[in-house]
Amino acid sequence: MGKYFGKKFIVYVFTFAVAITINWAAPRFMPGDPIQSLLNRFGNIEGGTEIIHSNFSQLFGLDKPILQQYLGFWKSIFTGDLGISIHSFPSPVFDIIKSAILYDIIIMVPSIILSWIVGNNLGAISGMKKKADNFLMPFFYFLSSAPYFWFAVIVVFVFSVQFGLFPVGGAYSSTMIPRFSFNFIVDFLRHWFLPFFSMFLIQLGGWAIGMRNMILYERSSNYSKYMKALGSSEKLIRNYGFRNGILPQVTGLALRLSNIIGGMVMVQMVFSYPGLGYQMLQAIMNQDYFLLQGCFIFIIILVLVSNFIIDIVYMLIDPRVRLSYSEEV
Amino acid sequence: MKKLRILLVFMLVISALVFSNTGELDRSKTLIYTGGIWSPPSSWNPIVPWNAVAGTNGLVYEPLFEYDPIAGEIRPWLAESGEWVTKNVYRITLRDGVKWADGVEFTSKDVVYTFNLAKDNALYFSNIWDYTEKIEALGKRTVLVTFKENPRYVAWNNSITDVTIVPEHIWSKMTIDQILVAANRDPIGTGPYKVSRVTQDRLVWERLDDWWGNNVFGQPAPQHIVARIVFSNNVILGSIMKGELDFANNFIPGIPTIKDRFGVKTYYDNAPYMISWNTAMLFLNTNRKPLDDVNFRRAIAFAINQQTIVNRVYENMVAPSNPTGLVGTNWMEYYDEKVVEEYGFKFDPSEARRMLNRAGYIDRTGDGWRNAPDGSNIDLTIIVPNGWTDWMESIRSISEDLRAVGIKATPQFPDTSLYEDRMYTGNFDMLINTYGSTISFSPYTYWSWVGNERIDGERATTGNFGRYNDPELFQAIRDFAYLQPEDAKAYELASFIQKRLLQEMPSIPIWHNGLWMQMTEEYWTNWPSEDNPTGLACGWAGVWNKGTIRALIELKPAK
Repeated sequence: MGKYFGKKFIVYVFTFAVAITINWAAPRFMPGDPIQSLLNRFGNIEGGTEIIHSNFSQLFGLDKPILQQYLGFWKSIFTGDLGISIHSFPSPVFDIIKSAILYDIIIMVPSIILSWIVGNNLGAISGMKKKADNFLMPFFYFLSSAPYFWFAVIVVFVFSVQFGLFPVGGAYSSTMIPRFSFNFIVDFLRHWFLPFFSMFLIQLGGWAIGMRNMILYERSSNYSKYMKALGSSEKLIRNYGFRNGILPQVTGLALRLSNIIGGMVMVQMVFSYPGLGYQMLQAIMNQDYFLLQGCFIFIIILVLVSNFIIDIVYMLIDPRVRLSYSEEV
Repeated sequence: MKKLRILLVFMLVISALVFSNTGELDRSKTLIYTGGIWSPPSSWNPIVPWNAVAGTNGLVYEPLFEYDPIAGEIRPWLAESGEWVTKNVYRITLRDGVKWADGVEFTSKDVVYTFNLAKDNALYFSNIWDYTEKIEALGKRTVLVTFKENPRYVAWNNSITDVTIVPEHIWSKMTIDQILVAANRDPIGTGPYKVSRVTQDRLVWERLDDWWGNNVFGQPAPQHIVARIVFSNNVILGSIMKGELDFANNFIPGIPTIKDRFGVKTYYDNAPYMISWNTAMLFLNTNRKPLDDVNFRRAIAFAINQQTIVNRVYENMVAPSNPTGLVGTNWMEYYDEKVVEEYGFKFDPSEARRMLNRAGYIDRTGDGWRNAPDGSNIDLTIIVPNGWTDWMESIRSISEDLRAVGIKATPQFPDTSLYEDRMYTGNFDMLINTYGSTISFSPYTYWSWVGNERIDGERATTGNFGRYNDPELFQAIRDFAYLQPEDAKAYELASFIQKRLLQEMPSIPIWHNGLWMQMTEEYWTNWPSEDNPTGLACGWAGVWNKGTIRALIELKPAK
């Protein structure tokens, strides 16, 4: 057991260091000048931009030697001070991430987990029952291959514009003031529902198709045939198939969960929902080194942590992994 | 199955909740708009205005004078009057009874402090000290500005309308380093609003009921202004059709089509619907072959069909530019018809072909594209930022026009920062840009942009991106800045500048982008329009104090 984690730990530390370095270097290799794009937003400066430019370069430490910037970056990771955003100057990067990430989490985490649970179950049913399969599969294929942007716009059109059941976009009404009151919570949930629901639906198909294929594969395996020959019930066979089929799905879940920030960009575009994804996109467009670094550190940590959790979960659900390490098979 | 049931119950609960909704701000007293803010509000610092949230200048901090771009006038705002005492002394008299939001009296010391801040430090308006001797307070309400021999009248007129005054009793306690990085979360100004709430996707301004201007101009109607960040056109369009937004300042395709059906108001009832706000220029890199040849440049101007862009890309929501690129009341004052008639250009592909043939640009290889006189291939690119869809369509249209006369010019769409980098370093063939062509009190701002003389450095950031070098033109533009607007010499120089730019064609004016104003009447009426010129309904940075506040004063609740 200890050996397993020890090995994993070294891999994680190494991955972290490499990822962080790439994360630091990549934005800086982009052509362009972040300070200049900050100044561009104000067209009327006549002369004097050079001085303002150098003031700001100094402020952000962009005039220092490149090695010094790199070392300073490592220091900032351990002190938790991620610097000041260039694009949203002078907000600290940490504050921006802190106030935005909540929106990504409340949309993405429920939609990923629910679609995973529901998708796997529907997929398993579809894999076992030919009749259900006939009408479920086209539906799944439609969901998994529909482009999100197009799909979400249709969802909005039907539910918001046509039936007027939900608002068109935003996190809550313009006249609302965030506070813990019944009205606000209701308003917030109304705005939350469509982004969540569209995300839930669009992910459902992929999980279901994956599970259905796994079940079909498991059903054709020798142990299933043997069980059938022994006269076990369909349900029992399905349950055993499910336990095997769920393994790759768990890996998929981990990958999906670590991508909540990137996966949120489209939701934000369609619904104008706040969150970190769009901020990150803006940071890339405006070469906001510090905000970009902050976002990526977050993503890297998210990927590593979810992988780590999956490693542990694998130990629990896959006896082969457990045995290979603990009993030295 | 059980989980499915739970999900169904959950969805039912949600949909049951859907039907109750009560607002917290009184909607009938709240103004909601979008298009002014694009990222979470982070700064209200008027000293760093390019970074400050739109509305900081105008709603909170106010200038001495107000520039009205529609009427083309400069009117007193914080100042009661301003006059030239001698050729180089300007006297500003301040209004009586103006107070800062914290109750402290606004005096001439605040004005002197603000301008002196730019004397000792590099700020956005520091250039006034190139031609200013001193700015001093004479008593509480008089400010005396003494210029060096020759004041740059044009720049001074811009300064008194653009520079907003900050309170000395607050800002003088900070060092300049603190001032430059201050977020200034609770700004204290002389204006009619204060910051109420700031969140990720919106900013709420709250009216100050004891604003000094109530007695002078009247009280702005909305009690709250909610500035929403909405980055998707479909959400904006949906909200406008439902009347949830009172106005939007984005370019939204399809407005002419839905306008009447959904009661959306625009400034002009018919095309071009929007106020022309700047000039989209096609810059030609005069350091590259064959764009260094004036004949080639002029032929391009004749080959481009502005009307296609206006009709097809903008659905007639913009106006085509005249050959000088001048637009708006103040600039058109100097428009020289004779010069345009003689040296101007118009869409005429056969003329373009003749010009190219005459100059030796003919197809020598038989591949359908023209070659340079020395036989080399012509393979140009046109760039605009990726994602700026209207511009992207426009250069596709230009590329087709050029293909029709045999010039190969491929549209390309680099990311914004790369586009800007290539623009500033002169690493492009052709590009479209508008950064310095916003209408103003004097065409000087426009000419000093298209004919900017600071082109020798590695980066040329203040205009003339094609780096056209013409000392005579530069001198004329420089001289223009030292003349009073109505000076006869100014008209002479203006004609010369127009003539030179047309003869040499370093950049081609194509169309005028609009001041996108789409208004709805669900909650507020009496919006500014051609027939009701009360001001502007635009929440962009720098526009609040050019007419939007005046329009707010005239708004009427719908119910």
